[in-house]
Formats: sequence, structure tokens, C-alpha cells
Amino acid sequence: MTTLASILMDGIAYGMILFMISVGLSVTMGLMRVVNLAHGGFAMLGGAFTHWAMAEAGLPFVPAAVVGLLAVMVLSVPMERVLYRPIYRMGELPQVLATIGITFIMIASVNLWLGSSLLSIRLPAAMSGAVDLGFRTLPTHRLYVLGAGVLVIVGLFVLIERTRFGIKLRAAVDHAGTAACLGIDTSRIFALTFALGAGLAALGGILGAELLPIDAYYPLRYMILFLTVVAVGGLGSITGSFVAALALGVLDTAARYLFPDVGTIFFYLAMIVMLGLRPQGLMGRA
Amino acid sequence: MKFNGLMGVALAALLAGVGSGAAADVVKVGVVASFSGPFAMYGKQFKDAIDAYVAEHGTKAGDHEVQFIFKDDGGPNPDQAKALTQELLVKDKVNYLAGYVFTPNALAVAPLIDQAQVPTVIFNAATSIITTKSPYFIRTSFTTPQVAAPLADWAIAQGIKTVVTSVTDYGPGIDAEKGFTKEFEAKGGKVLDAIRMPIQTTDFGPFMQRIKAAAPNALFTFIPAGPPAFAFVKSYADNGMAAAGIKFLGTGDLDDETTLQTLGDAALGIHTSFPYSAAHDSALNAKFQADLAKVDPGAVANFASVGAYDGTEALYRMIAAGGTDPDKAMKAVLGASWESPRGPITIDPKTRHVTQNIYIRVVERDASGKLINKEIETIPNVPDLGLAK
Repeated sequence: MTTLASILMDGIAYGMILFMISVGLSVTMGLMRVVNLAHGGFAMLGGAFTHWAMAEAGLPFVPAAVVGLLAVMVLSVPMERVLYRPIYRMGELPQVLATIGITFIMIASVNLWLGSSLLSIRLPAAMSGAVDLGFRTLPTHRLYVLGAGVLVIVGLFVLIERTRFGIKLRAAVDHAGTAACLGIDTSRIFALTFALGAGLAALGGILGAELLPIDAYYPLRYMILFLTVVAVGGLGSITGSFVAALALGVLDTAARYLFPDVGTIFFYLAMIVMLGLRPQGLMGRA
Repeated sequence: MKFNGLMGVALAALLAGVGSGAAADVVKVGVVASFSGPFAMYGKQFKDAIDAYVAEHGTKAGDHEVQFIFKDDGGPNPDQAKALTQELLVKDKVNYLAGYVFTPNALAVAPLIDQAQVPTVIFNAATSIITTKSPYFIRTSFTTPQVAAPLADWAIAQGIKTVVTSVTDYGPGIDAEKGFTKEFEAKGGKVLDAIRMPIQTTDFGPFMQRIKAAAPNALFTFIPAGPPAFAFVKSYADNGMAAAGIKFLGTGDLDDETTLQTLGDAALGIHTSFPYSAAHDSALNAKFQADLAKVDPGAVANFASVGAYDGTEALYRMIAAGGTDPDKAMKAVLGASWESPRGPITIDPKTRHVTQNIYIRVVERDASGKLINKEIETIPNVPDLGLAK
């Protein structure tokens, strides 16, 4: 019984971190239909800027995280205009090649700037340590991630389903030409959405850094993790990514509790089974 | 620039050869290591240490001018290491080889150096069997069992009777688990559970819960430096393991000086065993670090720097005594002892591996607030326990 509760708790905490680092990709790849393999790069840049703001500029965690988040969003606007505009029109394979190229440039830049060692982000005292839950303890940090994850999913739902911006975005994604004819400034919509995706990536990178520490090679190290969550969740579905992240998190954690020697195989088996049953993903649009 | 320098030396050597025989000959040392990619730290540490040694001792070993040629193998890549080594042997005609960060890379070049009869000093690659693959290999780093077994001895002496081992599930992790368990059980300790953790994992919460449930006196871990070690140490702190009375024992790979500061407060109080700590209290170590800082102001001394520094000492000894004669050179260094920044060391004439003190250290903050590995106990003259069966 205690083991079951432990699995559920650790699993949901881990799943929420998976969700936080993948939700930005769900926006760029899922909604905007760009195979954005540079997603991890934006997460890494968010972490790198935050690390820099804390270590070099001496800021406390929260302002440093805001600096990291804003720096990535500001950087993403010219990147979208110069690099991603032509990429939108490419086929899937050229998109993969172009965005992985961007990833390598990001890795090399951070390597040159801050070196190849771990870029630690020290949490404030209020967020570190453990909370006693009676039958066991849970790292305090996970509670914050849980809260942030819920805020992000509610916020995105409202933004996409309930606001004018969301309506315009969905129209622009479904048919850019028609949307433009109706007077929607599609290029502005795309630029804003891309900045949102990059910002969410950065937020995930910063908040997930306890579990997936930031270093220059971060984008390649965890690329499969992001892609799995989005593919299993279904392209274009934020809720799908959320459900997929939690399911994969709980499953992977259960495997680690019960069969540690078998390794990460369960994670990939689950992916194969889920995609075999639902090739469009859990909540993908056919 | 480097190319011009090389040409200049080659020309000078040629002229000297024409003029006055072999009096001012150049002996070339090829250094193969990772200077780019995720493991670029090693190449940098090696080069800094060699530069510091050369700054201290000059470019001459005995009557011979020593020249280093660096090649980048980019990581655990045996094919690349082999190709570069071949190029060094055939094109650059090197008389000595050095470097080698990873076991597969070192193993791949064994047939080459055997055939070419080129003495090769391994600065890092830590699997015991490497030195058995060619009589021209010597090694100045350490092996995993050499570090793990003394820790088991020390644990018993501290009254630790039960442990759970949790190691990364790959070669060196399993070596460490075996080395520790064998010694620990031989001395009457009990291993309650042996967990092998998947290599990509960075969420260690479940393993911590499982260890906590077994309630041992301590956990023993081997985990490679980098993201996994960082997450493991965090997880140990966040899950309140210390408060539950479970001590942290590990090999020093996980908190070497280049990553120690990033671990932060979570690392305070953990115990590790290793041959080198930058906080080792000796005049030579202080001088070594001062000289390192002269060649590279941002340099941080760690096990890779001291492996390369002592390796360079071995090279200089071999070159001074043997010049370009490989067998004379090997004879000069086998059984040799000297004082290193890590403490006294000897090149074991049988295994050609370094016999050295292993230190038990605890992570503390020094007067300036920096995290250090403070040595609290010395286990003297430990040979490579991986081969001594």
C-alpha cells in the first residue's frame, strides 16, 4: 500500500516535470506543425541564462528565472523571423535537418560561453529540502513543479480555447491563407506563438533542472524524452501531452520501484504499445 | 602557428642531425584525448597539467628535447582513437604516446603500440585489464576496485555493518559494486540489497525510497560525474536520507573538483574515496596548483590533472633514461617512486599501474566558503586490486 502510494506520488511528480519540459514542444510542434528539434535548445538556453544571472550577476532565484525566461523569449523573436520562417514551408525531413542544425549551433554557443560543465541553478531555501507527508517525505521542489504544471495547463487551455488570440491561432494553423484573407495577421500570430513555445521550453528547463540538470549537451541528452511525450500525447493536443507525461511518469517510476534492473525499457515499451493502439496519439486529431 | 612551430622544430632537428649527430635530438610524444564534445574537460585538464609540468621542468628531459603533439578523439570513440594513434605513429613518427580518457579507446590502440613498441602512458582510462594488453602500457590514474575496496575497509572500521549498494548499470559501476561488496563481506559486513540503476536515469527518488525501506547503516554508490551524479546527490539530500541515519559512501568520481561546486549544500557531509583531492595538504600540491594557475588562470586541479602531471613525470623519466629506445625507457620507470601532488606513488613493475594512497574524504566548506573534499583518513600504498586476485 505504501509502495503504491509512493509510486503514484513520485510518478506524478516526475510526470509533471516531463510535462513542463515538453509542453513548449507541444505548442511549436503540435500547434504550429514545425518539427522543432531545437526545443531542448530553448530549454537549455533558459537554464543557461538563469545560471548566468545567478552566478555572474548575483541575482536570487526568482528574478534570475524571470531573466532567463525573458531572454529566451526575446531571442526567439528574431530567430523566428530569420530562421524559422523559411523552415515552416519545408517538408518534414528538411525541417528535422534544419532544426537539428540550429540545436548544434545552440550547443556550441553555450559550450563556448559557459563551458561544458554542469550549469547549476541553486534553489532558494523555501523550495529546497523535503516536506514530511507522514508515511514518507517528498522534495519540496516537486510541489512547486506540480503547482506550476497545473497553472500552465489551465493557462494554455484558456488562452487557446477561450480567447480571441486562441481563435486566431487555430484559424492560422488550419489554413494560413484563408485566415490572412479574413484579416488575421498570421505572421504576428506565429511569432507570438513561437515566443510562447520558446518561453515554455525555458520555464521547463529552469524548473526541471533539479531532475534534468542543465549543461551544453542538454538538448541532445533529453530530446527523446520530449519527443516521446508529444508523440504519445498526440500532435496538437496540450491535454494529450499532459495525460501522456503523467502516464509515462507513473509507469517509468513504477518500473524503477519494482524492477530496477530492467532499466528504462518500460518507458519505450509503453510508447510502442500506446502508439500501436493509437497512432495519432492519445488525443491526436485524425 | 602551431604548424609553423612544428616545421621549425623539424627543420632544426634536421640541421642539428646533419651538423652534430644525435646530441640535440627531438623526442616526440603524441597525446590522444578528448578536446571537444561533452568530455572536453579531460583534454583541457591534460593539456594544462602538461603545460604546468613543462613550465616547471623545461622542454628538455636529460639531453633530449621533448615535443608534444595533441590529437582530439572527441569522446568514447575507439575507431577515431586508433586512427589518430596510427597517424601519430606513421606520419609524425612519435616515440611515445600518452593521454587516453576512455577504456575502449585505450584497448583499441593496444595492438598498435605493441607492434610499434612505443611506450604509452595512460592518463585516465580506468579498467584494470588495459595494462595487461601490452607490455608498453603504463598507467598513472587509478582503477575503480583500487578506490572501492579501501572504502569498504574504512566503513567497517566506522562501525557500519549493513549497506545497500546502488551503482550505475555499466562496466565501471559493476566493477565498483564487486570491489566494494567483496571486501565488505570478507570483513563481516552485510549487503542488504544491490541495486543497478539504468545509465540514463536522473530521477533517483524511487531508488532512495527503496534504500530507505531497507534501512541500512550506509549506501554505497558509483555514479559517473555529470548530470546523474548531480541528481543522485540532490536526491539523497531531498529524501532526508541523512536524517534517517543512512550515510553516503561513494567513489570520488562523483564529486571531483570540476563539478564539486555545482553540487552545492546537498553534498555537505558525504564521504568519498579517491587518490587525489585538490585539498590534499602538501607543499608540492600547493606548488602544483600555483603553477597550473600560471599556465591557465581558470584552471581547477582534479584527478585528470594529476594523472596527466604524474604521467608527464613518467614520460620525462623515460625520455631522459631511454631516449628513443623503448625497452630502456620502460626499465627506467618500472618500480620508480616519487612524490606526487596526490602523495607518494610507485609504478608497480608487475602491473605497470600506479600504487598510491587512497584517501577517505568528507565534503566540507573551507574558510572562503568553497566546497572541498577534506581528507580524513589515508589508506597507504594501495595497488590495483582489480588484477590482484
